[in-house]
Amino acid sequence: MTDHSGKIFPRPSPETAVYWDACREHKLMIQQCHSCNHFQFYPRIMCTQCMSSEVNWVQASGKAEVLSFTIVRHPVSKAYAEETPYVVALIQLSEGPTLMSNVIECDLETVAIGMPVEVVFENWSEEISIPKFKPAE
Amino acid sequence: MAKQSLRGKVAIVGAADTEVGVVSDLGATQLCVDAARRVLDDAGIKKEQIDGLITCNSMAEPYMYHAETIAEYMQIFPQYCMAIGAGGSSTFSVMHHAASAILTGVCDTVLISMADSLRSGLSREQAMLVQASTGHAQFESPYGPTVPAYYALIAQAHMHKYGTTAEQYAAIAVACRKHAALHPAAQKKDPITVEDVLESRMIADPLHLLDCSLVSDGGSAIIMTSAERAADFPHQPLYLLGVGEGHSHEYVSQARNLTTSAALESGKRAYTMAGLGPADMDFAQLYDCFTPTVLIELEDLGFCEKGEAGAFVESGAIELGNSLPVNTHGGLLSHCHPGNPGSMYHLTEAVFQLRHQAGERQVKDAEVALVHGQGGIMSSHTTLIIGRERD
Repeated sequence: MTDHSGKIFPRPSPETAVYWDACREHKLMIQQCHSCNHFQFYPRIMCTQCMSSEVNWVQASGKAEVLSFTIVRHPVSKAYAEETPYVVALIQLSEGPTLMSNVIECDLETVAIGMPVEVVFENWSEEISIPKFKPAE
Repeated sequence: MAKQSLRGKVAIVGAADTEVGVVSDLGATQLCVDAARRVLDDAGIKKEQIDGLITCNSMAEPYMYHAETIAEYMQIFPQYCMAIGAGGSSTFSVMHHAASAILTGVCDTVLISMADSLRSGLSREQAMLVQASTGHAQFESPYGPTVPAYYALIAQAHMHKYGTTAEQYAAIAVACRKHAALHPAAQKKDPITVEDVLESRMIADPLHLLDCSLVSDGGSAIIMTSAERAADFPHQPLYLLGVGEGHSHEYVSQARNLTTSAALESGKRAYTMAGLGPADMDFAQLYDCFTPTVLIELEDLGFCEKGEAGAFVESGAIELGNSLPVNTHGGLLSHCHPGNPGSMYHLTEAVFQLRHQAGERQVKDAEVALVHGQGGIMSSHTTLIIGRERD
């Protein structure tokens, strides 16, 4: 099993605890506005479209596509050296919101803008699992 | 109260750079003070005549209250004192804050001095930590992005949408190096070709090493005062004709558009205030942390149509002697890049050009210039238009 110690671990806050708790169960959660149905990520106390404070957590489908990507040839720190080169990508969820992630479980050279991908979780510790993406089946 | 335009109301009356590149005998604080000393000399005034001070914090020698620390060090006692934190690089956005302070009588003569020593003042581990702290702590940094990677995401999107090529990005690095060769103080002067850029090692696709800016030590400063008082200074005053800001996001994963930046808005605001357009600019000083930054700025600031900057730079248009010289000092890519103060050199070079003091790299009869700074990951933008004529 890969050693993830030394990597940059997310530190959940009260605002993001629901998200990271769900990741631990391998579920990707985003917010949806109760008033205008707008989806958003990252979590906030307000809807960025209508300012409503009634934003609810919903499970995302996990279906997405690559909006842009790069292959990192020089890792940000030693902890990432083992998996270098690695793909850092902007991922657009089918619900609309965009997030950053890694595209894994494929030949890096085949990653392309517009490529359909789906969420997969990488367990970093007892508490933290990280959502990543692999080519859609 | 009627809205008052800043146009032509304040002027730059002093500009100076310290030594740049690898300056191991001066720390970041000393470089900031050295820049201040040099600009006072350039403007022909004493430190007692400075009643406003603006600095930016340093990564190598950070202070809780940076401007106050510099004031104390120099034993100056300003009535207007602040340190700007405008992300990486729109540090000169303080120009219109200074202009507003001068126009409203808060102070008369403002010293803006900025410096850092990223090359000599930070260990490799510290530099890595700075890099790792750029992204969103929970939703970006865990994925291992580097600063070049953030810009690579933008470069890749532009290539996909508009067919921009790696050769076209490289042409920007080549032009900057040509200009740096004519600058006595530039850090990198050896000529490079498009092939050299493409053969330099890949950092984050599509960005090669030579698509990335330098890591440097250095300081730079300007002095501003009202247009009326500007006549009492030894050099040709340069008037602030237009200024505009634009802000679209902080983190790249939240960018509303990867290929069109808020330079579109900052540029429009500056042009509107100045009553001028892109065709009126004799040269442009564009923030160039990576080559694609320049390419997108050329489009968003209206120097060419959206999607056509690749062909524009490939034609050589941005080289000295051609239609729109860009970064006549060599830019962050070849002159120097000490971090936060980086965009100040674009500004001081514009001053030297418009005073007609740029020697071998002088843009003939330069009258008006556009200077553009950018911070974050194409996040925060400031556009300045400065010129020799007040009206």
